[in-house]
Amino acid sequence: MSMNTIGRVTRIAGTGSVAETFTGNRGLMLEEPLLFERGALDRCGVDFEAVPVVQDRLGGLGRSEPIGLPGLSEPEAVRHYTRLSRQNYGIDLGIFPLGSCTMKHNPRLNEKMARLPGFSDIHPLQPQATVQGALQLIDRLATWLKLLTGMPAVAMSPKAGAHGELCGMLAIRAALEARGDARKVVLVPESAHGTNPATAAFCGYAVENIPANARGRVDFDALKARLGPDVAAVMITNPNTCGLFEPDLVDICDAVHAAGAFVYCDGANFNAIVGRVRPGDLGVDAMHINLHKTFSTPHGGGGPGSGPVVFSEALAPFAPLPFVQKVKDGFELVEEMQARASHDYDRSFGRMVAFHGQMGMFVRALAYMMSHGADGLRQVAEDAVLNANYILASLKDIYTAPFADSGPCMHEALFSDDFLHDTGLTTLDLAKAMIDEGFHPMTMYFPLVVHGAMLVEPTETESRASLDQLIGAMRSIAERMLADPDAFRTSPHLAPRRRLDETAAARKPVLGYKDVTSNAA
Amino acid sequence: MRYLPLTQPDREAMLGIIGAADIDALFADVPESARLASPIAGLPMHSPEMQVERELSVMAGRNLTAGTVPFFVGGGAYKHHIPATVDHIIQRGEFLTAYTPYQPEIAQGTLQVLFEFQSQVARLLGMEVANASMYDGSTAMTEAVFMARRVTKRAKALVSAGVHPHYVGVLNTLTRFTDDEVVTAVPQLTRGMPGDDLEALIAGIDAATSCVVVQNPNIFGHIADLTPLADACHKAGALLIVVVTEVVSLGAMQSPGEMGADIVVGEGQSIGNGLNFGGPYLGLFACRDKHVRQMPGRLCGETVDADGKRGFVLTLSTREQHIRREKATSNICTNSGLCALAFSVHLTLLGEKGLRHLASLNHARAVQLAERLGRIPGVELVNSSFFNEFTLRLPVEARPVIRKLADRQVLGGISLGRLYPGVADLERGMIVAVTETATDADFDAFEDALDEVLA
Repeated sequence: MSMNTIGRVTRIAGTGSVAETFTGNRGLMLEEPLLFERGALDRCGVDFEAVPVVQDRLGGLGRSEPIGLPGLSEPEAVRHYTRLSRQNYGIDLGIFPLGSCTMKHNPRLNEKMARLPGFSDIHPLQPQATVQGALQLIDRLATWLKLLTGMPAVAMSPKAGAHGELCGMLAIRAALEARGDARKVVLVPESAHGTNPATAAFCGYAVENIPANARGRVDFDALKARLGPDVAAVMITNPNTCGLFEPDLVDICDAVHAAGAFVYCDGANFNAIVGRVRPGDLGVDAMHINLHKTFSTPHGGGGPGSGPVVFSEALAPFAPLPFVQKVKDGFELVEEMQARASHDYDRSFGRMVAFHGQMGMFVRALAYMMSHGADGLRQVAEDAVLNANYILASLKDIYTAPFADSGPCMHEALFSDDFLHDTGLTTLDLAKAMIDEGFHPMTMYFPLVVHGAMLVEPTETESRASLDQLIGAMRSIAERMLADPDAFRTSPHLAPRRRLDETAAARKPVLGYKDVTSNAA
Repeated sequence: MRYLPLTQPDREAMLGIIGAADIDALFADVPESARLASPIAGLPMHSPEMQVERELSVMAGRNLTAGTVPFFVGGGAYKHHIPATVDHIIQRGEFLTAYTPYQPEIAQGTLQVLFEFQSQVARLLGMEVANASMYDGSTAMTEAVFMARRVTKRAKALVSAGVHPHYVGVLNTLTRFTDDEVVTAVPQLTRGMPGDDLEALIAGIDAATSCVVVQNPNIFGHIADLTPLADACHKAGALLIVVVTEVVSLGAMQSPGEMGADIVVGEGQSIGNGLNFGGPYLGLFACRDKHVRQMPGRLCGETVDADGKRGFVLTLSTREQHIRREKATSNICTNSGLCALAFSVHLTLLGEKGLRHLASLNHARAVQLAERLGRIPGVELVNSSFFNEFTLRLPVEARPVIRKLADRQVLGGISLGRLYPGVADLERGMIVAVTETATDADFDAFEDALDEVLA
């Protein structure tokens, strides 16, 4: 099959060539009203037993006003959500090349395992003797994470990547305070994820930027020059957000340590190196691992995630409560009670979440790791890097590739919209054109160090045919944009919605359904 | 390996197109000292699906599953029946395998769900606007305290002794290195009103107070009228933050909004989400319209597309870290999207009528059990008011009692000793939760076992 003739109807919808329909539906593309327009207060999709008659003990605070919650019967509810689901793009449908997000295949075995009642139907505060298998699972996953990263300790409770960053930075702050060192500044490369500076600020630190060099790496000289007794930590992403390995990282860690500070590594891009490089061998002090990236737990339209943090020996004593440890005849969850009884845990910075972390994600991630094994995970990194370099090599003659001259990329390929300069088209237009071709676009306008950035991360779970189709479409879009730019200023035309007015949404926010008859506010 | 589509000939051909001699050439930037020549030692090699399933099933089998025994554990996580439809919907690949809806033209499914979720949550909590979710109730509460600081430009939070101790723990951790001051006390098991310190809180409000944080029903299950506290807060220019850890209660009780709350946070797990040993759960966050620009987390808003069709987008993102970086209202990025979907589907199946029925059923069953257990010699029902959870004072320390109940295959509650280690006055306390899932036979088994253990 030729890549440029996919057999799709290329006529533009909305130009009058297709008749309007009575329903607003277009074949299998179904419009769906809001629940609040469909449902009714007296409609219900659940059957219950009768309520026994008792004297109520609500202290006179029983509800008298209606809540305003419409219900649906079961068939109506199934249809409502099924129709909505069909307006979404997901990995199950096609390649999802969002740079920095590692949208890889989500194995269904993981879902099945997480739903075993022995994991899904146990309470976090059951007696520990009744949850030994769950504690064993957490301990097993912790062992995998420590071995894969070459780090001696791991905190399992953080709920997502940014929460893991917070965990790591709190440990750093606690370690500095323990030695009476009141450092106030955290250095963050310009190319960092926005969560890095936001996290440092959340921990009470002033944030200063470190520039990138011409090769898309941290400017080591600028970093060295800024190190001093006021610097608490450097937050560094490796591989970085340009999709490049930081070749000076070992020297950077040495310099940071010599200056009395710590290195926090953002592990969002661990997929590029898992099984081939252990971050502990590079000298980092803390790193979070997004189980929802590298270890394939589903993104779910924005979460839940899970962000365990591995620690060096220097930071391990400051890790949060609770945690699991092996004891003589099983596993123990060390909570406040056990911590009180032993001075071994006096330095922990405390609790970050109610209960013990994202168990449902732990089960999925462990199922994934066991499936791949040490050998498979190494292959994951190799195929992820190979796929990204294949895209880079196949597009760099037409797309501007700012760092392609400095050598291979890691798991994601970075382009910019410089090549579109004379057309007046931008990265946004290109992304929207990809939607019409049936793809989820790449990450747009990130990292900030590259103007009009396009960050393409294919992951290892794409076949060569899938990559060829993406490459073919991206080449075709670029060629057509250069030839006839006006055809692309209002894409997409074939998606469930055309461009949405984000300015209007922010100027006069409508953040919930309001109507005159059942407005609860 | 079943998750990797590339074949060896594919790899070789692709390396040729790239112009790399071998795969190692693509890792040339890695310092020699950090290159691993072979798979990491100490870990097993790849496994077929069948073998993984077997190993994990053995681990799962070592746990005592809530659904198989009389079960009365609550304390911020509740076992409710979840209709089969909920799990079916959240496993649809279009929801499960989608990302945060940054490309709204192909994410209207997730976005409309979030808009409906925000609308449902706002109504349930009696507030004007809710966000698209947080990690869980505990982190949502900490974010609320920080938000109150931004709104009031004051830094002292008064936290009720009736707030879940894990939630207070999280707040203490997160304020340890900031200038925020957190004032709280050890709870008292006062007969009739355990953990109720509203009068002390009102007396403690001053011109430096940013907010008062109170949980309703509180950790001991006690319910309070928060209206006088809200009035006192507002008179002093402080915000009232109300925490709800059992949202099913709002089907039977006045909402925090009706009582005058300025920010309401909650744990949404008990609608649509299983116990899952503590996570993933669902943080709820709602406030008044006037404070929305100080809110943390993602917000979905209504707009129109280029053809004038209604559509939804993530909005007010200038509050967020990917735009504002160190000046953002929070560092949160990923939230609990799929848990929010589960919540929304379950609440849609319930509707007004179903939620009210479910709440009434929970309350009535709890009243029945409380009366039965309160008649056991030496056992005292501490609460006068409660929804589906109450506190008992036992004649002996509760922690070993709960272990002995578990030995008899009854999961009977949570000892206050576990939640408040070292507080002698609380050691005999046990909190007991009752939902629609507990049968009369479960009640009998619990009562008999408790009788036996205490005898």
